[in-house]
Amino acid sequence: MTIVEIGLPKRLVEFMFDGEPVRVPEGATILDACTAKGKSIPTLCYGDTLKPANACRVCMVEVEGARTLVPSCSRKVEPGMVVRTESERTQHSRKLVLELLGSATDLSTTPHVDEWMSACGADPSRFGPPAPPSEDRDHRHPGEHEETDGQTAATVRQPTKVDNPLYVRDYGKCIMCYKCVDACGDQWQNSFAISVAGRGFDARISTEFSTPLPDSACVYCGNCIEVCPTGALSFKREHDKREDGTWNEDAQTQTTTVCTFCGVGCNLTLHVQDNEIVKVTSPHDSTVTHGNLCIKGRFGWQHVQNR
Amino acid sequence: MDLKLLDVEPSEAERVVVDLFTGMGRDQLLPALHAVNDRVGWISQGALNHICRVLHIPPAEAYGVASFYSLFSLSERPAKVVHVCVDLACQVNGAKALCDRLTDELGPAGAKSGWLRSPCLGVCEKAPVALAFEAGEVAREQLLAPTHAGEVVEVAASGPSHGHEGRAEVPQAGDPGLRLLKRVGVVDPESLDDYRATGGYQALRAALVLGPAGVIREVSDAKLVGRGGAAFPTGRKWAATAGQPVRPHYLVCNADESEPGTFKDRLLMEGDPFAVIESMTIAGYAAGCSKGYLYLRGEYPRALHLLRNAIARARERNFLGDDIMGQEGFSFDIEIRRGAGAYICGEETAIFNSIEGFRGEPRSKPPFPVESGLFGKPTVVNNVETLVNVPLILTEGCEAYLRTGTAGSTGPKLFCLSGNVSRPGVYEVPFGTTLSELLDLAGGVPPGRELRAVLLGGAAGGFVRPDELDLPLTLEDARAAGTTLGSGVVLVLDDTADLGSFLLRIAAFFRDESCGQCVPCRIGTVRQEEAMARLVGKRPLSTSAADLQLLREVGQVMRDSSICGLGQTAWNAIESALDRLGYAREAS
Repeated sequence: MTIVEIGLPKRLVEFMFDGEPVRVPEGATILDACTAKGKSIPTLCYGDTLKPANACRVCMVEVEGARTLVPSCSRKVEPGMVVRTESERTQHSRKLVLELLGSATDLSTTPHVDEWMSACGADPSRFGPPAPPSEDRDHRHPGEHEETDGQTAATVRQPTKVDNPLYVRDYGKCIMCYKCVDACGDQWQNSFAISVAGRGFDARISTEFSTPLPDSACVYCGNCIEVCPTGALSFKREHDKREDGTWNEDAQTQTTTVCTFCGVGCNLTLHVQDNEIVKVTSPHDSTVTHGNLCIKGRFGWQHVQNR
Repeated sequence: MDLKLLDVEPSEAERVVVDLFTGMGRDQLLPALHAVNDRVGWISQGALNHICRVLHIPPAEAYGVASFYSLFSLSERPAKVVHVCVDLACQVNGAKALCDRLTDELGPAGAKSGWLRSPCLGVCEKAPVALAFEAGEVAREQLLAPTHAGEVVEVAASGPSHGHEGRAEVPQAGDPGLRLLKRVGVVDPESLDDYRATGGYQALRAALVLGPAGVIREVSDAKLVGRGGAAFPTGRKWAATAGQPVRPHYLVCNADESEPGTFKDRLLMEGDPFAVIESMTIAGYAAGCSKGYLYLRGEYPRALHLLRNAIARARERNFLGDDIMGQEGFSFDIEIRRGAGAYICGEETAIFNSIEGFRGEPRSKPPFPVESGLFGKPTVVNNVETLVNVPLILTEGCEAYLRTGTAGSTGPKLFCLSGNVSRPGVYEVPFGTTLSELLDLAGGVPPGRELRAVLLGGAAGGFVRPDELDLPLTLEDARAAGTTLGSGVVLVLDDTADLGSFLLRIAAFFRDESCGQCVPCRIGTVRQEEAMARLVGKRPLSTSAADLQLLREVGQVMRDSSICGLGQTAWNAIESALDRLGYAREAS
């Protein structure tokens, strides 16, 4: 059972949603309203446990009177607002944002993105063949880039970072959603081990001077992996199993239980494949932890299967 | 905050400069980075570590900030380096040939060879230009304008000379009709007495008599709108901030003039620095701000020197500080904050992040600055030129002010003429002057050449054709003609200009200057540059028509879905080159 805080009763505001009048509680975002109406809007940087970063711009909708489109994940509904989620402008934006992302980033482990792409007819390949991976992305100076002849499309492809036994960072898959930074920083963990460095297309998630994770302030809580929408951050176990072709989500079961390490009582969701724990997550609707865990809860399960 | 710091220590010189910030907070991060960069020439791991220790900043975050600005280096480089401008006006005036010569003589651009390519240095009237820098106990900077390869090679070896020689000059200097520029090139910019002898501080006295609400009323009635490019009514902004119950209120003077082709604010700050300080004081008084930040772009060393002097002199004479001009309870002071090479920091909310010691990324609006701006408090952000209009309104009265310009665009306006024009410089004309009258003032294109196009409004503006020069320069006429006055750029291209390279530079500029926060801008500016490179190089992916189509689609999503004005306008100039100049018409 999930306990939901109801809070004080809220005033309802009425607005026009795709041609129909809709009433939602004051303070709701357009995305909340969409969810309530059963309307599915693609999102990538939206985090159900984080403040909206509204950086990915996948969830843009049209609000009458606004000069530009607005991010539905963060724009609050106002009385009388006229919102269109399927206008030509909205669809063009969604398609192009997905195409731009797909042309620069490896989205092969991003859930739902294939269906969104085909729904809006996105074709990332029309920007040209991808440029070869680069080795120097961690050290690019802002404000300068090599001249391009336009014959290949620049991408963020780069070698995967495997510098510790628990995490793998594959920034060729990173869409710069800021969620890992927010989870590691003042929104949850307060470790501040990672930040966005560089600028523009060369912006990247980085430790200070791109030092290896074990030398950084990382405490291996895994909360960054919990919120990563693309698989750019993954558990080493999952990464290795994907590499050797034995990762099979369809064959996994999930069981939520209580962590036994201390008295807080965090919920753990054990992902089990072939009678072996392969990953631990935590329910985002837990009012205590909101999906966050510590290193013990996230990784301290080897003893369970020491047989 | 419990910080985990790397086990690296600063050098003695680094420690000494960083220790000066002991006891201060995160908002001193940018000044601390400047201090190290000025002393050593680059920011080492040990220096950054020590900054984090002193200011209590997580090192990953400080690294994220330091790596955001192009004037800082996080890898070792020599103390001496020359930044050579390759942007629009310099490109038109031979920057490419200059860089080719430098490559031959010094080697390819980079720290090792001692010269770097730079975006617009804001000295477009003297193009081509370079800025020499040498770190040391007293860092030196020297502007080379106009310059040539021999001089750059010499200064790269010898280092810049010290001092801020040279004088702000405007072509119309001495013209009795000038109001905004009346002191530029005429008075001694270091002398408060000169300033007062030419009417300085009469406006602040008038403001103190009118009271804050009275000042806002005058500015509103004068219909003053922002001169930074957005043309928002200034009085409305001030009134909205003044009415906020939360305290304190802040004033930010946006002097991060980084739009290629724009240099009017530099002329005002170098030629009439006290006017900028007085205008900020009046704005602070009207909107109830106790502190003002002057956010100055990092590439303006001479303006920095003169403004520092002006602030110190004003403090001495009680024109800043407590109980200003004897007005009990009116306290206001100004802090200069140097930018460090990031066009995006001219965006009104990116400025806040930059001042606070965060990455200069724009914030989402709403909330708007008048409600939640710098340090989350109500904030007025005004451009330099906007502010220096205020003393005119208060001394002449708004009735007189309204007589200049048109009904929709009131007052005088500054334009920055550069490119292929006989007498480049900043010109002051009433709104409503036609583009051809303005070009005539500047002597038109050099003899024997023909006008090809005018880039109006800057890299984020649009092109005007030779047959459209009767365009009256007003906000409403520009809008009706599908263009913009933007930041006042009038960049002239004659028949010798290479339009393709010019457009490619615009595309490269936006790619370089995108903060990278949102997808349409971060990736869109890259795809725009790639498509332009194909068009200019005549090497399409399939057909040029397909590349043009791609450009338009990418341009549309940047305009519709980017977080801030940079991405929203990154396609303006290129679109107008296609539509108004017919560039690549044969391809479509």
